[in-house]
Amino acid sequence: MRIIFYILQKEFRQIFRDKVMLPIIIVIPMIQLFILSYTATFEIKNTRLSIVDQDKSTTSRALISKFSGSSFFTIASYETSYEDGMERIKTGTTDQLLVIGKDTEKKLSRKEEASVLLVTNAINGSAASLMNAYASGIINDFNRFILEDQGPAGAVPALIAVQSRHWYNPKLDYKTFMVPGILVLLVTLIGMFLSGMNIVKEKEKGTIEQINVTPIKKYQFMIGKLLPFWLLALFELMIGLAFARLVFSIPMEGSVVLLLGIASVYLLVVLGLGLLASTVSDTMQQAMFISWFFVVIFILMSGLFTPVESMPAWAQNLNRLNPVAYFIQINRMIMLKGSGFQEVSGLFVALCVYAAAILSIAVKRYKKTA
Amino acid sequence: MKPAEVKIQNIEKSYEGVKALYNISLDIQPGELFGFIGPDGAGKTTLFRIMASLLLPDAGKITVSGLDVVANYKELRHILGYMPGRFSLYPDLSVEENLRFFAGVHGTTIKQNYDLIKDIYQQIEPFKNRPAGKLSGGMKQKLALSCALIHKPALLLLDEPTTGVDAVSRQEFWNMLKHLKKEGITIVVSTPYMDEASLCDKVALMQKGQIMDIEKPAVIVEKFGYQLLSIKSNRMFALLHDLQQFEHSLSAYRFGDSIHYIPESPIKDFNILSYKLAERGHSEIVIKETQAVVEDCFILLMQQSEKAHGINS
Repeated sequence: MRIIFYILQKEFRQIFRDKVMLPIIIVIPMIQLFILSYTATFEIKNTRLSIVDQDKSTTSRALISKFSGSSFFTIASYETSYEDGMERIKTGTTDQLLVIGKDTEKKLSRKEEASVLLVTNAINGSAASLMNAYASGIINDFNRFILEDQGPAGAVPALIAVQSRHWYNPKLDYKTFMVPGILVLLVTLIGMFLSGMNIVKEKEKGTIEQINVTPIKKYQFMIGKLLPFWLLALFELMIGLAFARLVFSIPMEGSVVLLLGIASVYLLVVLGLGLLASTVSDTMQQAMFISWFFVVIFILMSGLFTPVESMPAWAQNLNRLNPVAYFIQINRMIMLKGSGFQEVSGLFVALCVYAAAILSIAVKRYKKTA
Repeated sequence: MKPAEVKIQNIEKSYEGVKALYNISLDIQPGELFGFIGPDGAGKTTLFRIMASLLLPDAGKITVSGLDVVANYKELRHILGYMPGRFSLYPDLSVEENLRFFAGVHGTTIKQNYDLIKDIYQQIEPFKNRPAGKLSGGMKQKLALSCALIHKPALLLLDEPTTGVDAVSRQEFWNMLKHLKKEGITIVVSTPYMDEASLCDKVALMQKGQIMDIEKPAVIVEKFGYQLLSIKSNRMFALLHDLQQFEHSLSAYRFGDSIHYIPESPIKDFNILSYKLAERGHSEIVIKETQAVVEDCFILLMQQSEKAHGINS
C-alpha cells in the first residue's frame, strides 16, 4: 500500500507540474466540448434556393412566399430559365433549384395536375435528403392549401393528419444529441492517450530501468500508473456534465451516480487499451499513433455522428467490439431518456466483460515485455 | 547488511544472432571495489543488466550472496543498488522528491540512511528544490548515486558512472566510492577509461564480449613483460606507420602525444633505432623507456587475442 502511495504521489506531481499537459487535460476538453457541440450538427439552416418562376401568377408567388417564409431557406436568386438556374448549381452559388412551370395556375384552376421541378445539389447526401424533405414538405403543405381553397369543404378528400412529436429531444436540438456523445469522446481521449503515453514515457526516458530494479511489484506499478488517469477522467466527466447542464441546458434525466458508475467501468476498458498500446511501442510517437488509429475508428463507428443502424451489417457486427459505441449509447439513454440500470444492464455487462478481457491481455503482455 | 559476494558462471548472451558475451566467469569478493574495463561495445552494459536482473542470460548463472539473479530476482532487488549509464531519474521531479521517491519505494526514509549518503548528498543539498533535469552532469551523477544508495544496498552496480563527466568530478567520484567501500558495500563499476583501473581493487579487462584478464591492477602492469619505448619525432603520423613496419616491431600505437613502441626483444642502444628513423626522414627524435600502464597491457592483450583468433580489424 505504501509503495502504491509513493507512486501515486509521484504521478500526480508529474501531471500537475507539466506546464503543457495540464492545460491539455483540463482546458482543451472544455473547448472541444464547446466547439464540437455547436459545429458538429446536421441541422440545416439557410439553404440557398434559386427560383425559376415561369408562371408568374398569384399561385406561383404564393408558393414562393411559403419558401421565403421558412427559416430553412433563403432565396439566393431568381432566374429566368432552367439553364441559368443549373448554371448556379454548377458554380455552387446555390444549393437547390425550384422550377415552377408555365401555366401552373391555369392547370390548377382547371383541376388538372401541375408539377414543379426540384433540383438539389447532392454532393453531401444527407444534407441533400434533408433539403429535399423540407422542400417537399412545403410543397405538400401548399397542395393541401390549394385543395381546401378550391373545392367546397366536402370535396376535400379525407386525409390522415400525421402529428409528430419528438420524444427525449422535443425540439430536435442537435446539441442535446451531440453533447452526451462528445462527453464520451473526451474521457476516451484522456484515458487512452494519457495512460498509454505515460508508461511509454518512462521507457523512452530510461526511467523504467531504475524502477525495474526496485522492489516495486508489477501490479503496484500498474495501479500507480492507471489510477491517476482513471480519477482524472472521471473528474473530467463530472466537469463535462456540469458544463453540459449549465452551458447547454442538456437535461440529465437519469441518475448521475449510475452514469459515473458505468463510466468507471468503461474507463477500465479505455485505460486497458492505452496500456496495451504502450506495451507494443517503445516511443511516445508509436503509442500515440497506435492509440490514434483505434480511437478514430472507434469514434467514426460509434454512432456519434451517424446512426449505427444505417451502417452495413458487417460494420454493425464489428461495432460489438467498439467500447465507445457502448458507452455513447448508455450515456444518451441515461442522460436523455432517463434509463435506469435495468435498461442499460445488457450494455453494462458487455462493458464489464470487455474491461476484464482487455485488462488481462494488457497485463499479460506488459509482463512479457518489461 | 553484509557486503554481497557475486559469482558469475559461464554467462552467454546474444542479441539477434550477434554474440555480446562469451562464456564469462568470475567471482567478486565481498567488500571489493571491482572494475570492468573495456572500450564501448565490449559487453559491459549487457553484463551489468544481467547482474541487475534486467536482462535474462542465454546460458550461465549469476548469484549475488547466494541469490540467483533470475530465480530470486525479487529478493535480489532489495539488496541491489543500480545506476545505469544513462541518467534515469525523473527530470521533472526535484532532487529531494527523486530521493524521497526511491527511498519510499524501497520502504525506507531519507533520515534512516542519511549517514550513508551524507557526504554525497550534502554537495547537492543546496539545490534540493531544483528539478533533476536541470542539474549539471556531475550533480546528476551524485543524485543518481544517492538514489542508488538510499536503501543501503549490499551490492552497488555502477555502469559507466564517469563517462561524459569532467576530470575533477571523476576524481571526486572515485573518492566517494572509496569511502563507500568502508561502509561494507561491494561495488562493481564499469568504465572505458583505462586510467581508472588503478583505482579498483581488482579489474577485469573486457574486449568484444570476452574477458582477457582478471587481476589486481598492479599485477596486470607487472605481467606486462616487455620493454616499452615512448617515441616522438617531428612527423608523428609517419612515425606510427614506420614503427609498425619495423622488422622487430611487436606493437606500435598512439599514446597521448607520443607513440608507444614495443620491440620484440629489448633494445639497449637507442641510437640504432634513432638512426633507422632518421633514415626515413624523421628529425627531433626523442626515445625514452617508460613504465607500462593498464592501457598498454590492454592494447597488448587485445592484439594478442586478435592474432590468436585470426581477427582482422
